[in-house]
Amino acid sequence: MSIKLIALAASLAIASAALAQPTQLEVNNAWAGATPGKAENGAAYLTIQSPTADRLVSVSSPVAKKAELHSMSMQGAVMKMRPIDGLDVPAGQPVALKPGGEHIMLMGLNQQLHEGQSFPLTLDFEKAGPRTVTVTVEKAGAKGPGPAAAHH
Amino acid sequence: MARTSSTSHPPNPSPSGSPRFLLIAAILAGLVVLGTGAFLALSSRDTARGVAGTALSNAIGGPFQLVDQNGKTVTDADLKGKWSLIYFGYTHCPDACPTALNDISIALSDLGPKRDAVRPVFITVDPERDTPETLKAYVASFDAPILALTGSAEEVAKAAKGYRVYYAKHPEAGGDYSMDHSSVIYVMDPEGRFTASFTHESAPEQISERLKKLIG
Repeated sequence: MSIKLIALAASLAIASAALAQPTQLEVNNAWAGATPGKAENGAAYLTIQSPTADRLVSVSSPVAKKAELHSMSMQGAVMKMRPIDGLDVPAGQPVALKPGGEHIMLMGLNQQLHEGQSFPLTLDFEKAGPRTVTVTVEKAGAKGPGPAAAHH
Repeated sequence: MARTSSTSHPPNPSPSGSPRFLLIAAILAGLVVLGTGAFLALSSRDTARGVAGTALSNAIGGPFQLVDQNGKTVTDADLKGKWSLIYFGYTHCPDACPTALNDISIALSDLGPKRDAVRPVFITVDPERDTPETLKAYVASFDAPILALTGSAEEVAKAAKGYRVYYAKHPEAGGDYSMDHSSVIYVMDPEGRFTASFTHESAPEQISERLKKLIG
């Protein structure tokens, strides 16, 4: 392969990598676990990516009386959940909320979350403002989003 | 999340008073103080029989009297005759508890015909909110048939103490609260003896592989 061709391939790779970077804040792969029985709380997870630094300051959803940002940590074998004030989104670095880490706690659910359903969730960012995303409900205790969530 | 199986196999029992006995005694005392976290740190060796027949098999478990999701009284004696997978949690827990119960369900479905030899047990650490009715609706959502237990605050405390389970109420704004709690799946043999344990790091496949070896 000639040097020119390598250079061309490299520049194409850089260009496509640049294209993959969103030009504005994006929220993707929003999903929640189905809630068992009359469970009053649920958890939603998603990925946030922004070209500029931002901060998620609050969340809300019509399915719950209250939605909060929570951290979850394992200290030894002890699970602890705590509300957090906000979540920093560094420029260009995706922030993933996932089981076993930070999550959006849906408190006082107005309805049971059934697998296959979806519901709206509004995230308020310090700079980007409010973003409403569709959350897909996966199996109770699922560890990640199914294929449906990836399209939102 | 990758999960790892963790079991312990301390040295052969030796007469009391010997350094080895004192070492085991010191370890057990440490368990009581530090709880399951310390215990799991010590538990790293994996044997076909788990820790059955060793000093540790008596350190976890013990008598309890609770009420199941149908209002029926259940004691530790009722769990004998089958293998038990015991997990302490609460229904307001949105993350760790459904994950553990779903992992147990997946592990059991991997066992095929041997699944009938295993009984999953969910014991609440939040008896204030988890009534038998609440538990019934909760565990019915999982594929595995789960025995769900609650009781008075004292009865639950006694059961948790036997299993070295730590739990504490963490108040939140607006009068709500969450529960800090040990998130461990205990494997008890059909005689009611502690045999192995799994943490949030154990994958369902690891749980089912381990159970297959234990059940034989």
